[in-house]
Amino acid sequence: MSENSHPTPALYLVIVSCLFAGTVLTYFAATWEMGIFNPIVALTIACTKATLVILYFMHVRYSNKLTIVTVCAGFFWLLILISLSLSDYLTR
Amino acid sequence: MRRSPVSTSQTTTPATEHHPAWAHQFDSMEQQRDASSFGMWVFLLTEIMMFGGLFTAYLIYRIRYYDAFVAGSSSIDVKWGFYNTLVLIGSSFTMAMAVWAAHKGKRMQQVLYLVLTLVLGTVFLGVKAVEYKAKYDECHIPGGVIGKGFSATGAAGCSAEGNIAEDIEHPKNLAGKEVSGKPRAAAEQIARQTEIFFVFYFAMTGLHATHMIIGIGVLLWLLRRAWNSEFGPEYYTPVENFGLYWHFVDIVWIYLFPLLYLINRIPHK
Repeated sequence: MSENSHPTPALYLVIVSCLFAGTVLTYFAATWEMGIFNPIVALTIACTKATLVILYFMHVRYSNKLTIVTVCAGFFWLLILISLSLSDYLTR
Repeated sequence: MRRSPVSTSQTTTPATEHHPAWAHQFDSMEQQRDASSFGMWVFLLTEIMMFGGLFTAYLIYRIRYYDAFVAGSSSIDVKWGFYNTLVLIGSSFTMAMAVWAAHKGKRMQQVLYLVLTLVLGTVFLGVKAVEYKAKYDECHIPGGVIGKGFSATGAAGCSAEGNIAEDIEHPKNLAGKEVSGKPRAAAEQIARQTEIFFVFYFAMTGLHATHMIIGIGVLLWLLRRAWNSEFGPEYYTPVENFGLYWHFVDIVWIYLFPLLYLINRIPHK
């Protein structure tokens, strides 16, 4: 991790603006009739916001490979937890 | 066996020449920082799995009792959740700025941003208390241990906003005009089933709020250390790692807001 690998306050302002915009967007998306796409749109916006926080606020974009692998492993196991549990319940 | 000194300069180097935070088992400050960061991320993975278990259980029950989850979700005042999302994202921004200020060695800015993070975190918890109070008055606390017992069908002593069965039987459109709803028996059954939604609402927001309360405690400790100029460009690992924790708590809320408040907010026609 090099010493000068920090995002600038200007970049943080851009990111926080995107997060605010995403929050407004997710509210209005929930009031539109989109059928099956309502939860998909809501989760897509949430995942985009989470990715922005992880990459920039949590500096993962500027981190060493060990950190990146660790973060990916966490979400990989979360995916196993959710997908294998739901595959059971949804196929009964 | 006693190790012989490599050079005379090493034997005479006073311990104070090191950075005081440099632990002897690390080759360099950078290695120490990377190890701390890795350790923090491993801790956050256990946190992901803890919340992950709750999210999985939530999904299973949401699929099974979808109508009740929609009814329960719509009974929460969405404006507070919306404001709180903005407040928490704002506190993540001020926390990121506090880490930046520590990295740049700007003591007063660091203290200022930590105070702002503390204030925004407290505002979040205050709003949460207002929301919990409304749910208490509406008799929507599940389990019957706290409050007047769970009721979503208009029991005596519960505020009228909590009568979910009424809202399902006689829904209103945006103009306030009544539109056709479900039969009374079906409405009452769905209303009773909202108890399982509120189990998840309180378990998930409660665990999240517990993290916020712990975070505020750690923030006070960091604030004291920042005030005493303990952090600078060479060493600010506690601020950085706490930042990771605070952003993680923010991410959990980013998912909780649409999953608990916005399941279906489509107005009736």
